Amino acid sequence: MIRFDSVTKTYPRNSRPALNAVSMEILKGEFVFLVGASGSGKSSFLRLVLKEERPTKGQIHVLGQELTTLANRKVPYFRRNLGVVFQDFRLLPQKTVFDNVAFSLQVIGKSRGFIQEAVPDVLKMVGLAGKTNRFPHELSGGEQQRVAIARAIVNKPAILLADEPTGNLDPATSGGIMTLLERINLGGTTVIMATHDVGIVDQMKRRVVELTDGRIVRDERSGGYQTQAVPIVGFGMGGREKAQSDFELLKTAAPPEKGTAQ
Amino acid sequence: MVISVVLVTFISLTFVGAAILIQMQIGEMKGYWYDRAQVAVYFCTATDNTETCAQAETTDEQKAAVEAQLKSATLEPFIDRYEFESRELAFKNFKERFGGSPGADLASPEFLPESFRVKLKDPTQSTVLIESFSGVPGVHSVRDDRQYLDAILTILNTASYAAIGLAALMLIAAVLLIATTIRLSAFSRRREIGIMRLVGASNRFIQTPFILEGVFASLIGSVLAGAAVVALVHFFVQGYLLETVGNSFGLVDVGDAMIAAPILVALGGALAAASAGIAISRYLKV
Repeated sequence: MIRFDSVTKTYPRNSRPALNAVSMEILKGEFVFLVGASGSGKSSFLRLVLKEERPTKGQIHVLGQELTTLANRKVPYFRRNLGVVFQDFRLLPQKTVFDNVAFSLQVIGKSRGFIQEAVPDVLKMVGLAGKTNRFPHELSGGEQQRVAIARAIVNKPAILLADEPTGNLDPATSGGIMTLLERINLGGTTVIMATHDVGIVDQMKRRVVELTDGRIVRDERSGGYQTQAVPIVGFGMGGREKAQSDFELLKTAAPPEKGTAQ
Repeated sequence: MVISVVLVTFISLTFVGAAILIQMQIGEMKGYWYDRAQVAVYFCTATDNTETCAQAETTDEQKAAVEAQLKSATLEPFIDRYEFESRELAFKNFKERFGGSPGADLASPEFLPESFRVKLKDPTQSTVLIESFSGVPGVHSVRDDRQYLDAILTILNTASYAAIGLAALMLIAAVLLIATTIRLSAFSRRREIGIMRLVGASNRFIQTPFILEGVFASLIGSVLAGAAVVALVHFFVQGYLLETVGNSFGLVDVGDAMIAAPILVALGGALAAASAGIAISRYLKV
């Protein structure tokens, strides 16, 4: 579904790469948390999947497409298979809830009839059935994020990318959003979520990929926000040795921290 | 912003239109004059005092000799037709052309020379005649009427180049202004553009409204410029100029302006589309 082959991304005027020889694979239907400090490369990872950026080195395959050779004019059609949600919602303030969701269908040329059917359905799914004619500023943060999620999934994308979707929300509201994302994931959509929210990651027990300074330092199933379990190996190219050496390093270098981390 | 685009395209394209009209006028005058352009072989009058005249009127034999030379095998291929202009005919033509102007009443037939009016097949070959008849006894001078026209044409040509130069500068200003306007417009709608790109709207879908905005504003300006050019011809050239100078030579008419106007509209539309397209493209880069 998504595969990174030793991908390096260096931004101009910054010698330190945002992503450094990252190799990993995400399978269909997975729910993956991307964790790591600010600047560790989470957003760069998502932008690369979206083809908002080109990798400096390496190859990225998404949905069977090799992104480095994907022609620019085909990028819009490629993006129709991806849904994206941001921390700051990115709704259009002068449009109603319905119109915000409908807008994303109008601009890819869906028929009026399709929009009239699909938008109420998706709004019902995210729990906003009664608020179709509200404006974004009349909604709470959680409701605005639900609108953004509705917009991202109304076109039934194969992959949903979420860049800190709960970053602006209180824990209770975040819980609601996570329930929604989980439901979307159960529907077969691959969900990749970058987050700093310790509680959510620890509670969900899903695959966790931790980035530090542009490198994957941990990739574990049913992981928590911090290392607790044996890392999974065999994902990605040449990840086995790297993961094992990292693991050895953790065991030997910082044994006392394991206790405090829990 | 849209109003400024309209005004700038309007003014710049009016200059372009003026340049086109001047070029048309030059063509018109060339056609009119070259059709009539003649080389005049003037004979001496009793008052002329040059080498070939010596204060004596040209004799009939001398005139016959000139006419024989015009008919000769060497000159004949260049000449379309020729005719003799007698003193009375010259006086009549003179009064027609200059009648009413001060000093015209002082003229009398005996001061005006007799002449052969020669129409050449190719008006540019007048030097052949000038060379053949210069220095021939009884011939006062050989003059190519075209030289007067050339002076006027040079002035008009210079004027049209000036108009084109001004127009080019103004058009650059118009293109830059359209680009700035579209960029501002795109900036104020960058949220929409960002979301459109995110959900996979095609580039054409995103850029079309912006390009249309630029083209629309510029088309209004171009249509105004076209109307201005037509009005200029109708009221100034065909109204004022025709009354004051008369249609002694061909003047451009509304028909010519009607040819220039669509050129202006097409030019305005194409320039606006190009500059708006380039301006918006940086918002579409992947």
